Amino acid sequence: MLRWIAIIALAVGVAGTAAWGYKEHQEKNAILIQAENTYQRAFHELTYNIDLMHDKIGTAIAMNSRERLSPQLAEIWRLTSDSLSNVGQLPLTLLPFNKTEEFLSNIGEFTYRTAIRDLKKDPLSDEELETLENLYSQAGEIKDELRQVQHTAMENNLRWMDVQLALATEDEQADNTIIDGFKTVEKKIEGFSEGNIDSSISGTSSEDHKYENVNGTKINEEKALEYSRNLFNIKQTQDLKITGTGDGADIPLYSIAYNDGNKSAYLDLTQQGGHPITLLVDRPVKEKTISLNEGYKKAKDYIQKHNFENMELLNSSEYGNVGIYTYIYNQDGVRVFADAIEVKVALDNGDILGLTANNYYLNHHKRDIPKPILSSNEARDFVNPNVDIQEEYLAVISNDLGEEVLTYEFLGILGDDTYRIFINAEDGTEEKVEKLNGKEINYAGI
Amino acid sequence: MTIKKYIFIIIICLVAIGLQETYNPKEVDAFTNQIVQRGSVGDDVIELQARLQYIGYYKGKIDGVFGWGTYWALRNFQKDFSLDIDGLAGLKTRQKLVDASKFDGKWVHTQIAQGNDFTYYGGTPLSEQTRSKKGTGGKSNTGGGEAAPQQGAQNTGNNNNTPERTTTAVNVPQGFSQNDINLMANAVHGEARGEPYEGQVAVAAVILNRVESSSFPNTVAGVIFEPRAFTAVADGQIWLTPNEKAREAVLDAINGWDPTGNAIYYFNPDTATSSWIWGRPQIKRIGKHIFCK
Repeated sequence: MLRWIAIIALAVGVAGTAAWGYKEHQEKNAILIQAENTYQRAFHELTYNIDLMHDKIGTAIAMNSRERLSPQLAEIWRLTSDSLSNVGQLPLTLLPFNKTEEFLSNIGEFTYRTAIRDLKKDPLSDEELETLENLYSQAGEIKDELRQVQHTAMENNLRWMDVQLALATEDEQADNTIIDGFKTVEKKIEGFSEGNIDSSISGTSSEDHKYENVNGTKINEEKALEYSRNLFNIKQTQDLKITGTGDGADIPLYSIAYNDGNKSAYLDLTQQGGHPITLLVDRPVKEKTISLNEGYKKAKDYIQKHNFENMELLNSSEYGNVGIYTYIYNQDGVRVFADAIEVKVALDNGDILGLTANNYYLNHHKRDIPKPILSSNEARDFVNPNVDIQEEYLAVISNDLGEEVLTYEFLGILGDDTYRIFINAEDGTEEKVEKLNGKEINYAGI
Repeated sequence: MTIKKYIFIIIICLVAIGLQETYNPKEVDAFTNQIVQRGSVGDDVIELQARLQYIGYYKGKIDGVFGWGTYWALRNFQKDFSLDIDGLAGLKTRQKLVDASKFDGKWVHTQIAQGNDFTYYGGTPLSEQTRSKKGTGGKSNTGGGEAAPQQGAQNTGNNNNTPERTTTAVNVPQGFSQNDINLMANAVHGEARGEPYEGQVAVAAVILNRVESSSFPNTVAGVIFEPRAFTAVADGQIWLTPNEKAREAVLDAINGWDPTGNAIYYFNPDTATSSWIWGRPQIKRIGKHIFCK
């Protein structure tokens, strides 16, 4: 009798475990499939987008009226952006695929730049047309290659989960059709990028240049430590940690860190001249006792003390109990947006919690700013007549080509929104239009 | 007799609830002595917005955040009342404003605490200028009574770190939504919660540098969810609730702080398995992470 009971109990137990195991297995599969589906979607979208992009570039070349090109180019630009986002969703991080991404973003940059230009006044040059034709044939090759991979993958039922596994295990002999296909694409593009150097699509990022405003003699570690003690406002005896930067750094820095339990601080100092690039102080900030405006005065004193001259406040914002202030340089009444510094002030006692002057040291130099050719009234004619202009400045900004241009800066209202509009002071081009928001409904509080 | 007793108790309960509700908003006196400038948040801003609305200068929401709309309203007020047009609510401006307008602080703060949609124009009865958020469409105050205590409770419940917040909006950096910030805070918390503060800012900065870089996706979500890009995303640690530090670090990074010196990769030398990552030009080490190009 007892034996039978034991047997039945065991049988039930085994059956239960089996059922449970099966359910777990099912669930695991469901999740795997879901992940696989995400990859598949991204991959198929990518091939589709590249194909479509190829078609669009083709039609753009075939178009007769050059001024109708803008919408078409904008469409291509959108597709490059979509394709890039698709590439980003695929597990390719361990695979060198960045040439392809750069290629896509170059097409995007080129089409964007030409799309926003007034093509009626300034139609595509022959060179640009040639670039477009090159891109057309190159996009065609990539499209073919990707379609090929797609086809094989579908025919053989290849799974992206397997690609991921193969890549993750770093198996040198990873014999995987998808990986091989992508490697081929990448190789092809490596060949292209050399051919495109002459055309106008090589990168012109405004940030890619040497530090303009770092001068002085090289300082040693002792000096850097002394400077930071002053800046952190701590005693000689406190222990500071100092390290230099490696060879990947744009500019050699000393990084000085300090921690005494409830307060910690971090400073980046240029080795040449000892200029502060980044300061971060971390401590609990108590209840707000001073206003944003008083904090502003503290920030102003601070930057004056550190020899940033002719800086004017562009923006101030209160986040919790800290105030963040953005300053830009003002050269004889012209605002220079590139030469910016930010200061963070604790609104409990007015201490400085942070400073970042990277942009200032990167960009600041004495500029030859020409006199504006247009008068302010002439410039206003280039602004959308529905915008009610409230404030006006002269400003130097870098435009979409990365060149610095003198502009009229207008702050105006359209409907309920405030816009910052930059009109080129020489020829009236609308260089940049920004909608200013800066605040949002507090989702957590409603 | 017993029924009467019950009714009596119920009535007492109802009265008690009603009393609690009216006690909810704190008493607010007139402006403090501080100058109010663009970017400010708080009770002074609420009063400023309400007063400007009362005399028809401010048409936006009374939300306690001094944004551009408030700024232009204030400047126009200063212009019409021949004050210095500086967009600052200083002593003189506020005095003029107080003389020219009325402000029922209790009523306004009650509306905010209850999450109602309301305006504060002078010359219109207040009861016609408010409706509960929960009542859909243009329905007036019906049902507001029952919805309000709930919302009040939510208000205090959610703002665990800053219980003082009584405004209905917050400042956000240009081009970013709170959701973007929260998503980044999640990633930073998952990736670097044991790191020093600058190490957390650094991780946030790397995410932003990747958004800028041409070899990475162009959106914050794209960068964070790029498969195999961040271990915290891969093992689910991104869904831990981030602390306030991580959020602050993200805000600093968005506002321009980048202790990494333009890095787009980082790794933990103790656990990194890929030999490829060691080949990248290194910039510096912060905490446990080495940052590189």
